[in-house]
Amino acid sequence: MKQRKLGYFIGKKILKLLCLLIVVCIASFWIVEQSPIDPVRAYIGEMSIQPEQKAKLEEYWGVNTPSHEKFMNWAGNILKGDFGISLIYRMPVTDVMKERFTASIILMASSWLMSGILGFILGIIAGMKNGTLVDKVIKTYCYILIAAPTFWLALIMLLVFSVYLGWFPIGLGIPIGTVADDVTFLDRIHHLILPTITLSLLGVASIAMFTREKLIEVMSSDYILFAKARGERGLGLIMRHGIRNVALPAITLQFLGFSELFGGAVLVEQVFSYPGIGQAAVAAGLRSDVPLLLGIVIVSTIFVFFGNLVADIIYEFIDPRIKQQEMTT
Amino acid sequence: MEDIDRITTKKARNNEALLKVKDISLSFIQYTSGLRQTELKVISNLNLEAYSGEILAVVGSSGSGKSLLAHAILGILPSNARLYGSMEYNGQPLTQEKKEEIRGKEIALIPQSTNYLDPLMRISNQVIGNVNEKNKESIKKLQRYVFQKYNLKPEVDRMFPHELSGGMIRRVLVSTAVISSARLVIADEPTPGLDEKNLKETLSYFKDMANKGCAVILITHDIDAALKISDRIAIFYAGTILEEANIEDFANDGENLRHPYTRALWNALPQNKFKAIKGHQPMQDEIIEGCFFYERCSIKNELCSKGIPELKTINGGLVRCNNVS
Repeated sequence: MKQRKLGYFIGKKILKLLCLLIVVCIASFWIVEQSPIDPVRAYIGEMSIQPEQKAKLEEYWGVNTPSHEKFMNWAGNILKGDFGISLIYRMPVTDVMKERFTASIILMASSWLMSGILGFILGIIAGMKNGTLVDKVIKTYCYILIAAPTFWLALIMLLVFSVYLGWFPIGLGIPIGTVADDVTFLDRIHHLILPTITLSLLGVASIAMFTREKLIEVMSSDYILFAKARGERGLGLIMRHGIRNVALPAITLQFLGFSELFGGAVLVEQVFSYPGIGQAAVAAGLRSDVPLLLGIVIVSTIFVFFGNLVADIIYEFIDPRIKQQEMTT
Repeated sequence: MEDIDRITTKKARNNEALLKVKDISLSFIQYTSGLRQTELKVISNLNLEAYSGEILAVVGSSGSGKSLLAHAILGILPSNARLYGSMEYNGQPLTQEKKEEIRGKEIALIPQSTNYLDPLMRISNQVIGNVNEKNKESIKKLQRYVFQKYNLKPEVDRMFPHELSGGMIRRVLVSTAVISSARLVIADEPTPGLDEKNLKETLSYFKDMANKGCAVILITHDIDAALKISDRIAIFYAGTILEEANIEDFANDGENLRHPYTRALWNALPQNKFKAIKGHQPMQDEIIEGCFFYERCSIKNELCSKGIPELKTINGGLVRCNNVS
């Protein structure tokens, strides 16, 4: 029974992912086609060349082939695992993405964890102390964070901690002027701290506000009343019944936040010149690197889909109430 | 059976009441239009005494604030509630601190429905409650024993509340009180939605508790169920108790009943005259100067509209009425 349900669930999800990818590919390819991008210009940059050379290049890049043929060529290569050559980095798109994504994953994972844990704790405290000064301070902090634009916050952090205090480097992923072999693990961590903090500060607000709201709701429920009537109280009561009932929805929300995380990473990486996938996406967009841009679109689609998938799994397979309902229907 | 009941009643009477509720009033602070504060009175001048080994039924219509009485005794009222008057437990004043100290240990609540169980906690963990590791094993054994007695299978231990039927939930809720070895058990509407067989069974649990020396307060709107098992019945009306009568008084045409409302209630039962009186209970936001039953009373006089009638002891029962002797 359980196996069958799991199989059905996975099958459905894979089908959904395939449909999603096809739609995303067609849509983003179409948008790129409509934009006034000249791949030859993107390739040669500011160099001036003869018209004959330009015509040759145009033929080489297939500028004049019909749109649908272009798409079929590209999609066919994608299916074979060939994402093409990045115009600005002059290496295969897969290699660029691998390198950039590794750097970003560390940044995103650490800030995702940090924001989740910190947000949850703040939310629990605020909910517990509902209406008191502590609650108001946390709420105000969250409102400010929600209202603050990511890039602005990143700039402020840079200004305070890198420029005035000089605690952290001003940007990049490793120190300038060092050979790659000389870069230590600590160097990398040192460059990672500020972007991570910035990115996680933003995630804190939504999860904290949600946890607070949910805890207040749970604490006014009948089962909390009964637990109180049975002599449970204080922190023990919150640990035993409060957190138990808040944790699942909060974790689900945190996984659903993958898309925001990606969006935030683009901005934060740009400000900190951190060599991650977000920065590569901006560069590819600004400098008309179509193969890289489309590659990143596909990878980020899968990434966000994965976050939603985990949220669905928690919802359907871990929450005993949903599990039961599914079984009986 | 009846004789035994009467003997226990008499025996209990010689003792002091375990719980005395003296003249309590309960109101809620509410904000109406804008920032204007009003106090909504839900319980007024309520007196009640519960004796060990006895079942006291508090009977009143749904939504008249009976549950709040239970919450007031346990000290679990919401923060915008104001409670006036005093209570005594076992000869000691029952303050909020005292309530917090003894609830769950000496006083147990049996709530109404499955909503009162944590939806994400397995049944046995809930019933055992928050105990320290040292006692866990012995309480776990006790829980299993009580469940066995109530015909709850071992599988139930590991189930979640939503997996249980209504009857099972009822038994689980009752076992929480049994395990606690409380001396005062307050059951809040334990009977609605039960069929004849389950009803009998549930009521027998309370009888058992009383026989073991507990004081049981049975809050219900089902006067039939109350008549079946309780020793005394308190009639709850518009936030106060109009009469506290012994079970023997409910007989024949109700000529031994003290309050006109109790008599009307008794005569409205299908097995008696099946005759209802006109009108309805006053609303909670109505301000009433005199007797709460004034509007519907057939024996009222001028005095009744001025001030709440004094509580009188008549023929072994309590009543709030000017016109009885």
